[in-house]
Parts: sequence; structure tokens; C-alpha cells
Amino acid sequence: MSDFQTHFASDSEKLEGWNRPAMIAPDGDGELLEVAMGPHHPSTHGVFRMDVALDGERVIRLKPVFGYLHRNHEKIAEGISYLASMPYTDRLDYICPITNNWAYALAVEKLTGQEVPERAEYLRVILGELTRFQNHASSIGFLIQEMGASGTPLMYAFREREKILDLFEELTGARMMVNYMRFGGCRVDASPVWLEKARQVVESLPQFLDEFDRLLSSNEILMARTQGVGMLPAELAVNAGVTGPMLRASGVNYDIRKVDGYGIYNRFNFRVPLGDHGDVYDRYMIRLLEMRESLTILRQALKDLPAGPVMDPKAKIRGFRPKPGEAYGRIEAPKGELGFYLISDGGPNPYRYRVRPPSLINLTILEDMCLGQNVADVVLIFGSVDIVLGEVDR
Amino acid sequence: MKTVEEIKSAIEAAVLGAAVEIVPNPSVSGQHSLRLAPGYVLDVAKFLRDDAELKLDFLSNVTGVDWPDKEVAEKVMVTRTVAKTVDGVEQQVEETVSETRKRVEPGFLEVVYHLYSVEKKHGPVVLRMRTVNRTDQADLPSLTPIWRSAEFQEREIFDLYGVIFAGHPDLRRLLMWDNFKDFPMRRDYVEPDDFEYEPTAHDAVLKRAQLHQAALTGQPGEEGRPEMGASQ
Repeated sequence: MSDFQTHFASDSEKLEGWNRPAMIAPDGDGELLEVAMGPHHPSTHGVFRMDVALDGERVIRLKPVFGYLHRNHEKIAEGISYLASMPYTDRLDYICPITNNWAYALAVEKLTGQEVPERAEYLRVILGELTRFQNHASSIGFLIQEMGASGTPLMYAFREREKILDLFEELTGARMMVNYMRFGGCRVDASPVWLEKARQVVESLPQFLDEFDRLLSSNEILMARTQGVGMLPAELAVNAGVTGPMLRASGVNYDIRKVDGYGIYNRFNFRVPLGDHGDVYDRYMIRLLEMRESLTILRQALKDLPAGPVMDPKAKIRGFRPKPGEAYGRIEAPKGELGFYLISDGGPNPYRYRVRPPSLINLTILEDMCLGQNVADVVLIFGSVDIVLGEVDR
Repeated sequence: MKTVEEIKSAIEAAVLGAAVEIVPNPSVSGQHSLRLAPGYVLDVAKFLRDDAELKLDFLSNVTGVDWPDKEVAEKVMVTRTVAKTVDGVEQQVEETVSETRKRVEPGFLEVVYHLYSVEKKHGPVVLRMRTVNRTDQADLPSLTPIWRSAEFQEREIFDLYGVIFAGHPDLRRLLMWDNFKDFPMRRDYVEPDDFEYEPTAHDAVLKRAQLHQAALTGQPGEEGRPEMGASQ
């Protein structure tokens, strides 16, 4: 039996008592076409494969296949010190390295009880929200690109992303592999010149959003292709552990920035946009609205930024040995709940280091959303999940 | 939110026969966990998900942990009778000596679940389960029928640790390929000899090349220059 056939074998008997929609029966002569989308399909954002069984153009089965980018990140981290894992976390979700740093730093701070100075908390929020903005902008750009709008929206998004990456480069020394945060603060302080530049960038972004909104939101083709496509009911979304903009597009009010209030998020005024239908259009719209809320947070944070140190002067970042114990820390990353679970046995390396990858877990319901849809819509539904393979495969 | 003690008594009141043990967490995070004994696990999970007060409807994170066999050295005081010569006369004298004894604590695999509530916005509640051992009895009940989000995460633990989840609807390897044999995340995993010829081998690569050479021919490879084409 081929690899492909084993994926589809004896599904019916496995389904009993399992929270999953009924399989769609093929009509007509029942002959299925099996297509392997990927691992080099341009819409899979990297190396990822979907084994699809088609009846005409309708999707009857879909099995995601992972592991092409697997490097056992967690095993590597068990062999090196806590600090040495920090640059590795940049490579998880390489579109948003700052939030990866943040989640890891948060988990270690929970484990050791280190305090973070005010100014560092503000800088974390500023960089985190800039990251969210550029992630959402480029993910919308990719989605529209896959729909066939070749170039324009993606290039608009990348023009703005470049401004933000320039800010990252000036502050941290790297556009993407920033390695910026430390346990108990941030690595370098932002200069007044940098802050002024950041203010200018933030002031220029609403213009881009308005332009993007005018260009896309009421576009007839976009609405026809995305409304009612890839519906995800709220109950299933919660049960399947879907988080981030996808969950909120299904109308579930769950934003970890509000729920946990980690860092200093409860000081800021912002709203959590929610969707009604949970289709691809809602996911697009939620991302657009979240970008506006990010700008609101950015304006407040840049206004209130206090003076002071960016590292806890008592913090020991090198060669420290946390007391035996464990901690799970999580943040609202642009793609969903990013968590780190650490177990310490009192040694210099973590005994267990686990990443809770939002990209992987959001793909749990990929098949449910695609069943019965046209094969051309699989590309859109997959694009609306917004994943990065560096994080899926780890 | 309820404390772990309250959750423990709530579980024991709701599910007859369920055995729950509190595992304290000494770190400052204060996330104590509940260890479930095998049996009634699905009932307990269903209770946690559906109970009106807890409503833990969101399973966030599933982690596998490997705890290999541990050798423990213990000091024991032993009393024995020794023949000794006292004042030129041989006598039987009782003597107490401390002795170091070694024993092996059997290892096990552990799976940790982090639960939150989307509706009540509280959490985390941490559940743990242990397998009997790491070899032939490494199976645990799957929680995928209760929380769909465990589907890929339990597959990943099956893949990397070798825990067999009974009742999982689709238990296949997730990240490694299907024909792969070992479990890479276990602590005693040994990397295979994936030798690749390099013309200017140095440092770790050279060491690996020499080890590879020794394994093939029984003789160490030439200094600085491993035999060409030996692997073909």
C-alpha cells in the first residue's frame, strides 16, 4: 500500500464518538482523484504537503503531512543553556521573532520569578505590536496573492513591513533574527532618535491601512471568493484548540492580552475585534481590524514610555540554574497562543523545553474546513490559517 | 478559580473510583498539577470539560516528558558481627557501619496537559499521566475524543517519545517519516551514524568521520584524512 493510501485507510471506524463532521460521500461513479498538493506548492508557504482526494473538484478527504522542516528544536534546547536557546526561538516563527523571544522570556521569568523593569515592558509591547502589524499585513498580502491578485496588495504590505523591519534592524542589529529579549528585560535600550523614527512610522501606517481597506475590503472578487468559504463554527474552534485571529473570526472573545494581561497589557485601551461567520473573509477582516488596534496600543505605549533601565540590574542571565520546578508561559502571538513549557531539574539546561506552536494546532481543523469545498478554495482556506512552517515542524 | 485541592475533591466527588494525586510545583510559578491514575481518565476529562464551575473547554498544550531509569545511591546503617582481636583474645564484636547501596528506580514516560477555560477565562489546570514503564507498557488513554486539539499533539508525542495513545483515531508519526524506528526525544536516544564524506573534515566532523571509519573497518581512520568512499 502506498504512503498515500495508508492516510485514507479505515477512516470510518475511527470516527465513532469523535468530534468531527460527517465525511462527505462522493457522488457519481465514486471514482476519486488523489492529488498531493505540496511540498513544493507555492501556496504552502514553505515545505508542507496536503494529500487531497477529489471527486471532480470537490474535496472528499484532506490529510496534512508535516515534518519536512523538522530539526527537533526541543531536543537541541535540552542540550544547551537557557540563554543559548534565545536565538533559536527566532527561527520558530521567523516572520515574528520578537513575539517568540517574548514568550520564551516570559516562561523563564515565571520559572525564576525575575522582575522586568517598566521601560523594558513598554519596549516589549512596542516591538510586539509592530511585529503583529507586519505579520498581519504580510499574511493578508499572501492570501490575496494566492487568490490571484498577483503582486499589488502583497507589495503594498511588504513596503510597510520593510519600514518596520528597518526599525528592528536599527534597534537590534538584525531585520529578522533579532535575539532581542533577555530574562528580566531587553538586550539594548532604544535611543530617542529611534523612538522618534518609530513614532513617524506609526503615524504613517493608518494611511496604508485606509488604502488597503479601500483597495480590498469591498472588492467583488475577494468577496465572492472568500465569503462563506471555509466556515469554522465557534464550538469546534474552541474544542480544537484554535487560537488567535482564527478563533476570534469565529466569534469567540478570547485574546490572551486581555485574559492574562501579561506584561503591562491591562494598562492599554484597545478593543478585540470579533467575527460573525468564521469564514475566510472574516479572518481577513479580523486581521485588518487588529492592525488598527495595534496602532492604538502603539500610540499609547510610545506616549507613556518611562525612563529607566531596560534590564533588571540583579538579573543573572548567564549560567544561572533555576530551582527545580516547572512553568508554562503563554502570550498572544500574531498567529495565536504561543506557549513555552519548561521543566527545570536544577541544572543549567532545561530538563524539558516544549513549544506550544499555534501554527500546528490551528491546522488541526484544516480538513474540517476544506471538506466539500472546491480544490481552488483549499489554497485560500489554508492561506487564511496563517502558518509558518518553521513553527509547525520545529 | 478553584485551587488544586478543591478541583481534586470535586473530581473525586463526581467520578467514583477516580484516583487523583496533587503534584506540588516548588518553583515560583505555583502551577501545581494533578496526577491521574489510569482508569476513569476519560470520565474525569469529560467532567472537567463539562462541569458548570470549571468549564475547562480549551486544551492548550500537551507535552511528553521522558524520565529514564534512575540510579539512586542510599546510605544505610548496617549492624554486623565481626571477628576482632581485643587484648590478644579473639572475640565476636558487633559493629555498626554505614554502607552505600544502589538501587534503580524504574523510569516512565509522562504526558502533561494544560487546560484553560475560554468561557470562564481561567486556567491553567495541569493534568499529568504516567506510563507503567518505557518499554512494553507505554500506553495511556487518549484525550482526543474529549478535546480535539490533542489530535496532532498526541501524535507528536507518539512520534517522538513512543507513548501509545489508546483510543486515538489516527495514531501515526507526525514529524518523522513513517519508516523511522526510534524515538528521538527520549533521553537515551543515540544519533545514527549519518556519515557524509567531506574532503576537509575537521573538528566534530573529523571525529565523526574517524568513528565511522573505526566502526566499518575496525581500525581508526587516518589522521586528518578519512578514507574516501568508505561509506559507499
